[in-house]
Amino acid sequence: MAAPTIDAVEVKVLSRADLTKRLVAKLTRDEAVVGGIGNTNFDLYAAGHRPQNFYMLGSMGLACPIALGVALAQPERGVIALEGDGSILMALGCLATIGMVKPRNLTIIIMDNGIYQITGKQAAATAGSTDIVAIARGAGISASQWVRDENHFETLIARRFDAGGPVLFAAKIDDKPGIGQTVRDPPLIRHRFMRGLGTGRTSALDE
Amino acid sequence: MTWADSFLHTLKANDVRLISYVPDNVLTPLIAGAAADNYFISVGATREDEAVGTVAGAYMGGLRGVVLMQTSGFALIANALASLIVPYQIPAILVVSERGTLGEFNVGQVMVSRTMRPTLDALAMTHHTLTDEATMPLIVDKSIKQAFTTQSPVVFILSPLLTGGNPLAAARLK
Repeated sequence: MAAPTIDAVEVKVLSRADLTKRLVAKLTRDEAVVGGIGNTNFDLYAAGHRPQNFYMLGSMGLACPIALGVALAQPERGVIALEGDGSILMALGCLATIGMVKPRNLTIIIMDNGIYQITGKQAAATAGSTDIVAIARGAGISASQWVRDENHFETLIARRFDAGGPVLFAAKIDDKPGIGQTVRDPPLIRHRFMRGLGTGRTSALDE
Repeated sequence: MTWADSFLHTLKANDVRLISYVPDNVLTPLIAGAAADNYFISVGATREDEAVGTVAGAYMGGLRGVVLMQTSGFALIANALASLIVPYQIPAILVVSERGTLGEFNVGQVMVSRTMRPTLDALAMTHHTLTDEATMPLIVDKSIKQAFTTQSPVVFILSPLLTGGNPLAAARLK
């Protein structure tokens, strides 16, 4: 993929797995992370499970709405939605909602490879005319930015996630598939996530 | 007390604070009542499945929520129910104002309303059709408690028998 030029700046094509590992390494305050369907949450899982990770096994497009709900419920906790470009294209309206509600503790990271990688690399609108960052800005998520390279990403995420939001960072990534395979047990995922957020039922079964 | 006041009162009694909705004429007193009460956190959504996702996330974060929608909105959320709410065992409370029956002028609403109960039954989701102000508080209160205790969603269908239906729609009938 040729390096695209956005906002008059050349943007490097990055690796989703590498960016996800860099992000996870920065999470020092038990931030909640909602991983969107498919490769996005496979790479989140592969970056090393954390109790505050939620993995979607369906409901394509709902990573940001789910993250918004967590952010509203726990305003003191930083919440991050990891989503693919195909998924966010399916749910662009949620950016308008987030721009309206303006949760200060919500960060959205879009992994944009311009394709529906997992279904056979069909082209997405993001491969052509659609600019997710421009859409986010237009929805009122005004500080949104394209990630220029790895160092820029490190700079963007070197911040507290419980304030300064909402913000969206989008990265142009390559066409590699996810490197992990999330455990496919929805009640277990939900229960462990709730335990990680301090909201789960506790019992002797967890000992 | 109106049916809407009574409904909001029961939500409060069960610590249900988040109201996520796509507007509907019949739901207006619920939406307005929640917006006028600082107890509630009201979030307008652009689509019903988005509202379902937000209520699911809020529940996992410790905030109980309800989704308000119209019958046609319910038809948009089958995937969110089948791949998020039901398999993850999330006690989402869904309220659907029922169109398509008892004086509907729009044939599209009639058709889409026929898909609602079969969809709920296929997913084995508990649903109650609320027709009467006298029995509504008990049904809603006990069913919300059952939902959170058993880690299961519940759907309340607001019949025109309860709400009086949509007056604008009624005016178009011949």
